[in-house]
Amino acid sequence: MAPLLRLTDVRKTFGGLVAVNDLSFEIEAGGIVAMIGPNGAGKSTVFNLITGVYEPTSGAIDLDGATLCGLKTFKIAARGVARTFQNIRLFAYMSALDNVMTGRHSRMRASLFDSLLHTPGQRGEERRVRERARDLLRFVGLERQADDYARNLPYGGQRRLEIARALASEPKLLLLDEPAAGMNPKEKSDLIELIRRIRDTGITVFLIEHDMHLVMNVSERIAVLDHGEKIAEGAPEVVRNDERVIEAYLGRESTAPH
Amino acid sequence: MKRARLAAILPFLVLPLVPLLDRNNSHIDFLANAGAFIVLALGLNIVVGFAGLLDLGYAAFFAIGSYSYAMLASQQFGIHIPFWVMLFVASVIAAIFGILLGAPTLRLRGDYLAIVTLGFGEIVPQTFLNLTQYTNGPNGISSLDQPSLFGRGFGFSATPYYEVMLALIALAVFLASNLQSSRLGRAWMAIREDELAARHMGINTTAAKLAAFALGASFSGLAGVAYAAKLDLVSPDQFQFNVSVLVLSMLVLGGMGNIWGVIVGSFTLSFINGFLLPQSTNLAHAMHLNLDFTNYRFMLYGVILVAMMLFRPEGLIPSRQRQAELREAKLDPALLAEEQAEYTGGAR
Repeated sequence: MAPLLRLTDVRKTFGGLVAVNDLSFEIEAGGIVAMIGPNGAGKSTVFNLITGVYEPTSGAIDLDGATLCGLKTFKIAARGVARTFQNIRLFAYMSALDNVMTGRHSRMRASLFDSLLHTPGQRGEERRVRERARDLLRFVGLERQADDYARNLPYGGQRRLEIARALASEPKLLLLDEPAAGMNPKEKSDLIELIRRIRDTGITVFLIEHDMHLVMNVSERIAVLDHGEKIAEGAPEVVRNDERVIEAYLGRESTAPH
Repeated sequence: MKRARLAAILPFLVLPLVPLLDRNNSHIDFLANAGAFIVLALGLNIVVGFAGLLDLGYAAFFAIGSYSYAMLASQQFGIHIPFWVMLFVASVIAAIFGILLGAPTLRLRGDYLAIVTLGFGEIVPQTFLNLTQYTNGPNGISSLDQPSLFGRGFGFSATPYYEVMLALIALAVFLASNLQSSRLGRAWMAIREDELAARHMGINTTAAKLAAFALGASFSGLAGVAYAAKLDLVSPDQFQFNVSVLVLSMLVLGGMGNIWGVIVGSFTLSFINGFLLPQSTNLAHAMHLNLDFTNYRFMLYGVILVAMMLFRPEGLIPSRQRQAELREAKLDPALLAEEQAEYTGGAR
């Protein structure tokens, strides 16, 4: 069976800069996988390549055996890839509920005609989507903030709202870009629990994270990126003790005198 | 919810009776013209208020709607499509031009979009001016077909046109408020807030923006037909840049994005323009004062807009979002920076 996500020799250059260097990588359906690496290692670029913000310079990206290359971002979303952003990108002046309902866009069928005339089908769909959005807000613990503007939620709440919005499309693959950034320890442990609950619903989670405690705790497999190359991959305990990983994070032990 | 719907329907039950109470044809004539501009403002509100695409050439679609009627319902080419059919036809024609003129601007935002739409707003009347063999150039097209209902012509009274305008406003309000609370309306709001994030939600931003241009233009197609039929004349000078600015000012005054705000803003400016200033001028003349207040029209608009920006930038009846956005933008910048730092502090 084909893996859920497969990157084959993916390369992305910006002018002379090689952001992602012939990266090959697979994610099986149903788990929690993390990608770590120092700042500027190319992690967010990988997410942007998967969601079609950038096109790979060379290489192939497949979801469920079908290529994502050349597809527009909105089509990739419809294929079942949802994401959150490193710098939260909520619709700031829309209510939490409307944010989540917007996340459902790709699964809704109301046409221009339905939107103009509010046909019975459109009204039924709106009602179901609103119910579903409330369920998702409950799932991430924001049911009481449904009518608040996204920007008025506390920081941790905004992170969770972004996740709820991403889940609204019932994705196969959920990309979380530094979900714990800026969270306090309590929020982080809640997040770990939330990520596990998401996995338990059958959604594959792929996350970028700097918080090692969270990564080691929640991931079943970790890939390490440095200068756009994958330097290690495996279970948390394997990666933790990998020499190249330690070197990438801490630097090479200096042997030559200054 | 029920009460809000009743409140929305009530004006459309009462206002049709106005011509029975006010027998002065010039008053009804003024109200009918104001009605056309309300429909225009509601259309522009879809583009600017809902989707956040600043359009400075909206009068072009008004022109296209009006000329459609003038060319397809007059002696000009001997084509006589009935008024009621033309309402539909012209809104489709205007929508098609909305897509044609919208398509090249899709990659543009803010100021750049405004400049390109400004250009289109100039090109369209110029085209009608110079296609002399079809449009009679600066003379325009006159003697348009008179609308009729159940075999009775509208005649010279403004009342039937007034009733038609009311019906068009009701239609425009119905469609615009439906759009606002729909899948497409949410997509527009999302694009306005964050286009990249909107794409990640599966929103085809290209299609959504074109839908905004098309729907916005179709409203002015409706207004154009009714306005042209009422005036019995269409000429290029009716669709100059100041018309685009006037309609946009109506949105700014009333409250962009809010349907009722837009109606109030539109009517207020029409009232000043078409009633207050001419009446004051008449009064001045009666008192043997050589004053023409209509000359001060644009100065007055300027004063109103500056005052609005200073005291109530979100408009008379603002939409919830706009109000929050504008009010918070006035917060202390230092506080905002601090907040920003807190937001991004943990990331990278």
